[in-house]
Amino acid sequence: MSKMHIKLTVNGKPVELLAEPRELLIHVLREELSITGPHIGCETTHCGACTIDMDGRSIKSCTVFAAQANGANVTTIEGLGTPDGLHVLQTMFKEHHGLQCGFCTPGMITRAYRLLQENPDPTEEEVRFGMSGNLCRCTGYQNIVKAILAAAAELNAVKEAAQ
Amino acid sequence: MNEMTPPKTERTAALKGLGTARKRVEDARFTQGKGNYVDDIKLPGMLFGDFVRSPYAHARIKSIDAEKAKALPGVIAVLTAADLAPLKLHWMPTLAGDVQMVLADGKVLFQGQEVAFVVAENRYIAADAVELVEVDYEELPVLVDPFKAEAPDAPVLREDLAGKSEGAHGPRRHHNHIFTWEQGDRDATEKVLASADVVAEEMVYYHRTHPCPLETCGCVASMDKVNGKLTVWGTFQAPHAVRTVASLISGIAEHNIRIISPDIGGGFGNKVGVYPGYICSIVASIVTGVPVKWVEDRMENLMATAFARDYWMKGRISATKDGRITGLWCHVTADHGAFDACADPTKFPAGFFNICTGSYDIPVAYLAVDGVYTNKAPGGVAYRCSFRVTEAAYFIERMIEVLAIKLGMDAAELRAKNFIRKDQFPYHSALGWEYDSGDYHTAWDKALKAVDYEGLRKEQAQRLEDFKAGKTRRLIGIGLTHFTEIVGAGPVKNCDILGLGMFDSCEIRIHPTGSAIARLGTISQGQGHATTFAQILASEIGIPADDITVEEGDTDTAPYGLGTYGSRSTPVAGAATAMAGRKIRAKAQMIAAYLLEVHDDDVEWDVDRFAVKGAPERFKTMKEIAFAAYNQAIPGIEPGLEAVSYYDPPNMTYPFGAYICVMEIDVDTGEHEVRQFYALDDCGTRINPMIIEGQVHGGATEGYAIAMGQEMAYDDMGNVKNATLMDFFLPTAWETPHYTTDFTVTPSPHHPIGAKGVGESPNVGSVPAFSNAVHDAFRSFGLTQTHMPHDHWRIWRTAHELGLHG
Repeated sequence: MSKMHIKLTVNGKPVELLAEPRELLIHVLREELSITGPHIGCETTHCGACTIDMDGRSIKSCTVFAAQANGANVTTIEGLGTPDGLHVLQTMFKEHHGLQCGFCTPGMITRAYRLLQENPDPTEEEVRFGMSGNLCRCTGYQNIVKAILAAAAELNAVKEAAQ
Repeated sequence: MNEMTPPKTERTAALKGLGTARKRVEDARFTQGKGNYVDDIKLPGMLFGDFVRSPYAHARIKSIDAEKAKALPGVIAVLTAADLAPLKLHWMPTLAGDVQMVLADGKVLFQGQEVAFVVAENRYIAADAVELVEVDYEELPVLVDPFKAEAPDAPVLREDLAGKSEGAHGPRRHHNHIFTWEQGDRDATEKVLASADVVAEEMVYYHRTHPCPLETCGCVASMDKVNGKLTVWGTFQAPHAVRTVASLISGIAEHNIRIISPDIGGGFGNKVGVYPGYICSIVASIVTGVPVKWVEDRMENLMATAFARDYWMKGRISATKDGRITGLWCHVTADHGAFDACADPTKFPAGFFNICTGSYDIPVAYLAVDGVYTNKAPGGVAYRCSFRVTEAAYFIERMIEVLAIKLGMDAAELRAKNFIRKDQFPYHSALGWEYDSGDYHTAWDKALKAVDYEGLRKEQAQRLEDFKAGKTRRLIGIGLTHFTEIVGAGPVKNCDILGLGMFDSCEIRIHPTGSAIARLGTISQGQGHATTFAQILASEIGIPADDITVEEGDTDTAPYGLGTYGSRSTPVAGAATAMAGRKIRAKAQMIAAYLLEVHDDDVEWDVDRFAVKGAPERFKTMKEIAFAAYNQAIPGIEPGLEAVSYYDPPNMTYPFGAYICVMEIDVDTGEHEVRQFYALDDCGTRINPMIIEGQVHGGATEGYAIAMGQEMAYDDMGNVKNATLMDFFLPTAWETPHYTTDFTVTPSPHHPIGAKGVGESPNVGSVPAFSNAVHDAFRSFGLTQTHMPHDHWRIWRTAHELGLHG
């Protein structure tokens, strides 16, 4: 099968690669680029383990062709923070025990990152609704919700202090 | 020197030992996307395997033509049963003493069964090749109803068992009969029931469902032909058991097999068994000489890999007029699917279902379980449950409710009246268990008070009046549960799997600078072992938990153990950890005494050091002792500071809990709203309250799913009706209730630190709590029993059948 030439930005770095038209973005990220933070849980867009941020939207990368990401700006869990400079969501998930097996966590945090851009001061109900595309089998969500609300509060406090 | 020593409380806190809500050490890698799960493994030259699966539930295979598939560029091999037969690997043993086809041998017995294994250069080519394999099937009559399994003219499913009247668990009376398992005193029970004041009788069905961890099952098998060593990375809840079984069935010497469980994305019992994908990947790697990866997709996982439950439980329970229970009778029809692949200890073909007398002092009881074959996927694994305890708890907690209706009694009062009293422990149950400890009345009273039970009942009565007066269409249900679990399998004298005793282990090495590594025979799948086992050890040996690495899952380095499932890690490996720690401390005491120039008996343990009795200013810290152990010649003592413990528990542990669910039900739409969920757990000594609470939230959410909508449904042709996450109910953050957790502490008397295990309690306890709430809402309209899952349609139908729609 002939391959397509694809250019995109992943976690701030320009990337060029060849992929078959049918290749899914999640496979390209994980297998070609060794970005294994986003996971595969269902391959039918239900579980959200593969959630990435693409051009300012939460995207389930298991149902997007790599070719559709041509020219896109992609951020994965690997691009949200560094070991010395964690994103506040990463800190709060640990602080509030918002994860157990960790399989849903990269997608969960990446989705929460976008949710807080869309709605910086959400209610618990808005967090629950906004996160409902991401499944977790371990935590019962209670501590995930707590972690996201705590992260929102922290981000808002930092923002206020800066003003 | 004395004033230099921080106070005891400060030194204890610095250890972050038992009872500390220590943050998890695992989280740094998981929150940064640096976990290492099976599908993250990429080896040079690695190939991909994929299955051709049966579209039929029962069919004869007339032919398999793989030529077109083999001709596709990038396809390396297509394996069928004929290829595995010379190696005697076309069938494999199951954990339950049965055998299972690795690849279809002449026929298929369930939809989704593995027929051929394609090996290709990448997953896309493998998927293409699967489509090109042509299989000619001849359909056979399908058996899906377990009650029709033993009809004289029922289709013969297992032709391989023709003429075998003896199975792994005794006589077989029919070609689709697997075993009958009896416990208790049948005659005495029948006698009590025949003369009882009141007998309540009900069929309670715990439907077929699936553990569905977010990560599916998979492996990477790599045969190193140069060194003759096979390494398999896989989603294994019991890596050592996999190594031994792999050695026994492949003939490869056990020292030449290395099994590694990397990070595992949830297990819940789904990853205990050995599946055809593992065998095929190993064979493919041996044949090709390069690593082979196989990871099932979600549909394959739901259709073929280890269902749970599917118990039809017929019960009779008797009592005196004033509500004293006198006897319990139970018969279970257990649908095991096409192969008996239950994950149960060998002597327990129905697991620990004989815990079904629950939290109650029932003088006499009888239980019989009949296992049968049907054209459904094999499994019967313990979905976050200790071997059928969930089914048992659901059964007894429904029977109590049914009895309360029959007696016209409040169900909370009926429970309290029949609880095993604190002074009766250790308690011998009528079905053969010795409950280690419990204080049910205290837990129950605390729970009722916490939710204002009296107030709830008043509100419910008022709502009922309003409903009857046409003022509302919503009813209130109050779901009560008091469950007793049996976990921590188990004593080697009666617990083994495939002959492997169910002890567990811990090996500790103290480093010269006073930090340590501990390795265990268990494997975390999200439970946070690296955090909690270090806490156990910190309290035992006085080295801060932050200075202790916990490692599991690599059979080349970890001591032998039976893995993590059945809430056995804390009761068994946790005990081994404490015992190994005590060995370290015993040697440390001798070293300290030598360094302090006193007799061994003249020093005493003080949090993180040994001090001279009566002279606390003279001490040696564990850090100092560790350094001396490696760097100082001590007469009569070997250098080094290491220990290993293999712990064979003297008994199971019996965690318990009181759960109460308050639910609002809309009779017109069948929708529900969980208004309140209160969960009190008594898991004995609490190691990490934060992790316990997280376990309760997660387990209760699984219970919520099971009770309110999750099922594996089949049509009459044996087609799976809901093998995607579109149809198989996994609750989102939106539906999931909010939980209030609480606890009492009744330590296990036989466990070194008194811990009992908690991982599965919330699944066991919450299912009856949710289900009882639904039933309770309709109690005053005459409902005694309706089957789970209580999805909107079924609740609507119940309301309709009760005449509530006018």
